[in-house]
Amino acid sequence: MPLTTVALIVILLAVYGYFLGKRRAWKLAGDGAVAGKLHSLPAYHGSYVALWAALPSLVVLLCWSLFGQAIIDQMALYSLPAERLEGADAGKRGLLLATIKNTAFGGGFASDDPVIIAAAEYMNSLQASGQWAVGILALALSLMALAFAARHLAPQFQARHRVERTAQVLMILCSVIAIITTFGIVISLFFESLRFFERYSIIDFVFGLKWSPQTAIREDQVGSSGAFGAVPVFMGTMLIAAIAMAVAVPIGLLSAIYLSEYAPSRIRGSIKPVLEVLAGIPTIVYGFFAALTVAPAFRQVGEVLGLPVSANSALAAGSVMGIMIIPFVSSLSDDAIRAVPQSLREGSAGLGATKSETIRQVIFPAALPGIVGAILLAVSRAVGETMIVVMAAGLSANLTLNPLEQVTTVTVQIVANLTGDTAFDSAKTLSAFALGFMLFLTTLCLNVMAILVVRRYREKYD
Amino acid sequence: MTDTTPSSFPTHGLHTSAAAQDRLRRRYAAERRFRLYGIAAIVAALGVLAVLLFTIVSQGYTAFVNTEIELEVYVDPADFTFEGTTPTAEEIGAGNYRNLLSSALAENLPNADAPGAARDLRGVLSGQGYRQLRARLLAEPSLIGQRVSMSFLASSDIDQAFKGNTPRVVPEERRRVSNLQYEWMDYLENQGQISTSFNSNLFTQADSRQPEQAGLWGAIVGSFYLMLVVAVLSIPLGVGAAIYLEEFAPKNRLTSFIEININNLAAVPSIIFGLLGLAVFIQVFGLPRSAPLVGGLALTLMTLPTIIIAARASLRSIPPSIREAAYGLGASKMQMVFHHVLPLALPGILTGSIIGLAQALGETAPLLMIGMNAFITSAPDSMFSPSTALPSQIYIWADSSERGFVERTSAGIMVLLGFLILMNATAIFLRKRFEKRW
Repeated sequence: MPLTTVALIVILLAVYGYFLGKRRAWKLAGDGAVAGKLHSLPAYHGSYVALWAALPSLVVLLCWSLFGQAIIDQMALYSLPAERLEGADAGKRGLLLATIKNTAFGGGFASDDPVIIAAAEYMNSLQASGQWAVGILALALSLMALAFAARHLAPQFQARHRVERTAQVLMILCSVIAIITTFGIVISLFFESLRFFERYSIIDFVFGLKWSPQTAIREDQVGSSGAFGAVPVFMGTMLIAAIAMAVAVPIGLLSAIYLSEYAPSRIRGSIKPVLEVLAGIPTIVYGFFAALTVAPAFRQVGEVLGLPVSANSALAAGSVMGIMIIPFVSSLSDDAIRAVPQSLREGSAGLGATKSETIRQVIFPAALPGIVGAILLAVSRAVGETMIVVMAAGLSANLTLNPLEQVTTVTVQIVANLTGDTAFDSAKTLSAFALGFMLFLTTLCLNVMAILVVRRYREKYD
Repeated sequence: MTDTTPSSFPTHGLHTSAAAQDRLRRRYAAERRFRLYGIAAIVAALGVLAVLLFTIVSQGYTAFVNTEIELEVYVDPADFTFEGTTPTAEEIGAGNYRNLLSSALAENLPNADAPGAARDLRGVLSGQGYRQLRARLLAEPSLIGQRVSMSFLASSDIDQAFKGNTPRVVPEERRRVSNLQYEWMDYLENQGQISTSFNSNLFTQADSRQPEQAGLWGAIVGSFYLMLVVAVLSIPLGVGAAIYLEEFAPKNRLTSFIEININNLAAVPSIIFGLLGLAVFIQVFGLPRSAPLVGGLALTLMTLPTIIIAARASLRSIPPSIREAAYGLGASKMQMVFHHVLPLALPGILTGSIIGLAQALGETAPLLMIGMNAFITSAPDSMFSPSTALPSQIYIWADSSERGFVERTSAGIMVLLGFLILMNATAIFLRKRFEKRW
């Protein structure tokens, strides 16, 4: 029995429970003749029964769909003869498990080893019986809870309090997901990074000047040193982010100033949404634009000027990324500029300053914390941006500051090292998690710094 | 110097000396310059947007039509082996369609027996041509032994050349289309046998190695499943969290920690959510790789902060008078929120949610991490089967260098942008229709 069907039946039971509880409550109140006898409205009695019918068995179903497969995997793996597992490290076990799965579910390379086939059959039977058991358990639980709750109802039963408290707990759980996500990110990245640092020294990773993640598959392979020095990768990221900021900050800031200080409201109302279209365009579109239009154009200009421009120059990726960030900078700076009180503008005008003098000498300094915060957030976005650089920047890690050469970035390396065909626990794959962890920490610092700058240095004008 | 002063400047009072007039003129010039910088910045931004859209449309619009060649095929019974008197479906299916079509081409085209023409001849039609003819014969077995006039899909090279996407002036050895093939194309054009028609493959087929047969249907279905997961999970969770934080949460360490977390998650790079999905959903929970379910879960976590922030703003905009009126009628706090505040805030919440979903629809990086960029030639039939999504399909095509795929990449982008415009237009419509000013 597929578990989605079970879930649907449980939900139907809950709906039935709602009407059952409601009817019972009406009965208890003497069919509305003396509704004042009830503590809660009949609808709350119904909701109480429905919650009991739905929640426990949905929790069971959820747990099974999250952990069931992992349990079955382990059971199938340990059903193998002991000598198969002896001395097998995590990687070997993962490979064995994948073979069993392929044999069990079809797809991929099935094995014809009788031991594996036996394990696969065992896995299939576990899967089937597990699903039946969980399905029946969930249904039984739902029915029992429904009956239990329905018997509970009484005129003075405080159904509303129970329902409201449950709703509140559910809402707290919803908000805790944000914390769980953050912890999930930190823990998963941290442990995978630890596995990487077991294979490669953390000092060499942070300070190493050479990045070439191709590890040798055979001993005598050339050109595959497997060096994981992250400095060139981070330098490349910073170079591209700097180019992006060099494009985005002047354009974004000046257009924000023009729109908020000069433009008549009609023009402002029509241009602002169009600028925001730039933020709504998916990054893959920018990546395609950078790789197919901007990079060749820069190359041709370079040829005319006699400059050697690489096909995947940092300049092309960076400037397109800058365009993507323009609306980000402009809308945040716009907020900061508009937060400057009108009295400052009027005071400055009263002293005889022209509009541009007011902006440069009064408004800009007053809005500076907000603008700096906006720029920091924009840098964080540029550092974490993936698709533009994956499509338009290079793969080889050059330690250079020349924007015409190709550089690689953290996100490019994460994508390149994880989308290959290497085993999951090779140093190359795990290095992606180490890079991801560094990237997460970098953006976290930038975000926190942005918040602090805005909070600490914001002028209060009231 | 007074005659050079514009008449609007006061010629009396403070600015009488020549130096003062000069200073004033410079200050006004600086003012005009500053204003111009602002206009230039906006023009630059809008100009780039225009160039971007123009490039995509001009490269991609031709992908919406396909080149078809009309041929008269003699369905030679010699290309089939029939045991009995009435042909069975199996026997028809096993016919030598390659031979049927190449003899039809040789019959229809001039100089088809020139030395080396056989290879050129094979490159004219798409592999789909055989299937088209087979399907027709399976439907009408009586056509065997007769002459049938049918339109066949041209190969990608011919398609691109006919649509003018590949230049003819290039020397022959550097072109994918030979001189003889060009000659045939001209001949067919004169005969009115070659034409373009709507490219239905683009919307009915999944990915393929042959550009002319590749389509977006698999990716559209995959994206639909993704959006389903994201909508079903992120909207209730996000709204629940927003209601709690905005209406119920006491001001304490825990709630301020939650708030910091939400604000920070909104700025975490999307690729990190892909890493999280890979490490947790695939490695720990053992969910299948490349499945829309996993992609949807990763995108849900990414979209949640956006929806929470939008929903909180919408709840905050409901004036306190509503709440006080509800309390005044004896409502409990929960009743006040769910019966009065939430319904009023719903349009705003919905608008924010649609914008969040639109963001998730265009997101690519997390999908690459969980393997939704695989080469998959059929549409997924459930949330658990391997699939691509629109942005990752665009990424796959962008990696292929063939001209036919370049065109389809742009077309895919146009389709994706179309969906995004649709979603954002819905959001704007909802906002305009239900917006209340208090």
